[in-house]
Amino acid sequence: MSAYIPPPQSPVPSGLAEPELARPDGAGALTAAEAAELGLAPAVRSRSLLRRGWDVFAENHLALASLDVVLLIVLFCFVGPLIYRTDQLHTNLTDVLCQPSGAHLLGCDNVGYDVLGRLMIGGQTSIEVGVAAAIVAVLFGTLYGALSGFVGGFADSLLMRLVDAGLSIPYITVLIILSVIFHPNKPVMVFVIAAFYWLGVARLVRGETLTLRTREYVQAVKVVGGGNRRAIIRHIVPNAIGTIIVQATFAVADSIIILAGLGFLGLGVQPPATDWGSMLSGGLQYLQSSQSYWWLIYPAGIAIILTCIAINFIGDALRDAFETRLQRR
Amino acid sequence: MIGYLIRRFAQAILVLFIVTVITLALVHLFPGGPVRAILGPRATVAQVAYYNRLYGFDQPFYVQYVKWVGQLLQGNFGFSVKLNQSVASLIGQDLPKTIVLVALGTIVSLLFGIPLGMYQAVKRYTFGDYALTGVSFLGYATPTFFVGLLLVEWFAVDTHVFPPFAPQSSTWLGVLSQPRALVLPVAAYAFVLYALWSRYMRSSVMDNLVQDYVRTARAKGAGERRILWGHIFRNSLISIVTLLGLSLPTLVAGAIFIEVVFNYPGMGLAFYNAALNVDYEVLLGFTVLATVATILGNLLADVSYAILDPRVRYS
Repeated sequence: MSAYIPPPQSPVPSGLAEPELARPDGAGALTAAEAAELGLAPAVRSRSLLRRGWDVFAENHLALASLDVVLLIVLFCFVGPLIYRTDQLHTNLTDVLCQPSGAHLLGCDNVGYDVLGRLMIGGQTSIEVGVAAAIVAVLFGTLYGALSGFVGGFADSLLMRLVDAGLSIPYITVLIILSVIFHPNKPVMVFVIAAFYWLGVARLVRGETLTLRTREYVQAVKVVGGGNRRAIIRHIVPNAIGTIIVQATFAVADSIIILAGLGFLGLGVQPPATDWGSMLSGGLQYLQSSQSYWWLIYPAGIAIILTCIAINFIGDALRDAFETRLQRR
Repeated sequence: MIGYLIRRFAQAILVLFIVTVITLALVHLFPGGPVRAILGPRATVAQVAYYNRLYGFDQPFYVQYVKWVGQLLQGNFGFSVKLNQSVASLIGQDLPKTIVLVALGTIVSLLFGIPLGMYQAVKRYTFGDYALTGVSFLGYATPTFFVGLLLVEWFAVDTHVFPPFAPQSSTWLGVLSQPRALVLPVAAYAFVLYALWSRYMRSSVMDNLVQDYVRTARAKGAGERRILWGHIFRNSLISIVTLLGLSLPTLVAGAIFIEVVFNYPGMGLAFYNAALNVDYEVLLGFTVLATVATILGNLLADVSYAILDPRVRYS
């Protein structure tokens, strides 16, 4: 670590860089040209990286099928309600626990909501919260991890101890406490899930940054007078993008499962809104009775499993795609 | 080595400090503070002030923190007004039962996960490997509680093979004395963990198969069985021990869901009920306990890794 004491001094070089950029046209243009050249190089490479990644991905039939499954589920949840119209706001006590029939294709739940319609509405919540939480967690975790890994030294140790601390509180207890504290609705669930999930992303990206920051092109940014911010946002993050995309994919599946868990415990979004996990919590009570109400547990459970398996397959294929990129280089 | 241990220990203390500050701060985030959680929304200003003074909530945060940690160190985890019971006695009563569940589930999952993961690595890219990979993916994508629901549906409601409830006993010996009722909770818990171990074991054994020491063993004429169990198994076990120490948060989370589904009278169920009742003393005490366990688990994992693997040298 002692070899990297310089970073704490880095405000000095970047402080020198600012007036240089503001100098008369000649010098300024030169710096800009060099910066453009440096900035352009990874941009071109990242585009071909994505295209090559896609080529590998497209060879994976399982991944393509999974992509189709995810698209179908999204269509089902967001376009389905326009075709299969049901009342998902008012409980209907005459239809409580009715059998699947022509009027209700998958029967009704314990307060009379149509289960097929509920599956669509619940799916919207699950997917929206899953994607949003993944985006928030990955964005924040990436910036935090890249900053920590790039700056190094004492600040890095401190920032990472904070992450360690967060990771050593068993996440489920924090999630339960947070959903007790805040009245749970969609934005709150996004915040609650992201509040814990970014920790893992931060640690991963920091590891990636530690190896990237010693590369020549990152060192070169410093030589031509680029600041830390430029190095992190234009050079480190784009080159860690493979890891980040793969992590983001798994984050969506994990967030959907976490949301389902909280929903199952009754601590997720509150009725009349629902998600796939909340739909299952009704199933538990009626499971214990003599008659089996299969439509209370199978549709929502299978929806969760199908979505998450498909997303995990896509994530695995993406990892292969980006790893081959590393092998070919 | 000693230097590494000291540094690692100091880090654990720092993490413990940050965690306890965060946890205590969480209590102050409860709507209206901890007072309203206990006295309810109709308490008068005078009642709130009296309660705050009585429990020291009117003092600065750092004073509260020092007092709270002082009490924790003496084994006082607070008192649950809603249960009229000290949190320490609640832990003493419920923790052994949760440990029984977690230990049984972990052992069962390891008994399946390790041999099957090794089988997958040896017979990689065959039908058996793909089938078992499918099972692991299923384990990853299935929420713990849904596994529990399915097992209840199949083996308790449809076929009456096992009871749908976990043993309802107040002691851990009582829980163990009803093995039939334990089968479903332990099986559900083990299934999700199985995915974790088998995937890990598969990749670990595959990494080891191409190592030099395996080639040396082959060159010296060791049989495949001896190579697998005498060399690779023992080497892979090191990382499984580490993984076990790092997996404590997963184990805790799994326990909470299984206990809720099967109404298993352990710490997870008590924590869940405390969450529904906003019983903040219990939430706080359990969280701190689980966190300390996790930090110790991580510490043990690192230390055991350093001791078990002579190649690892920490500067």
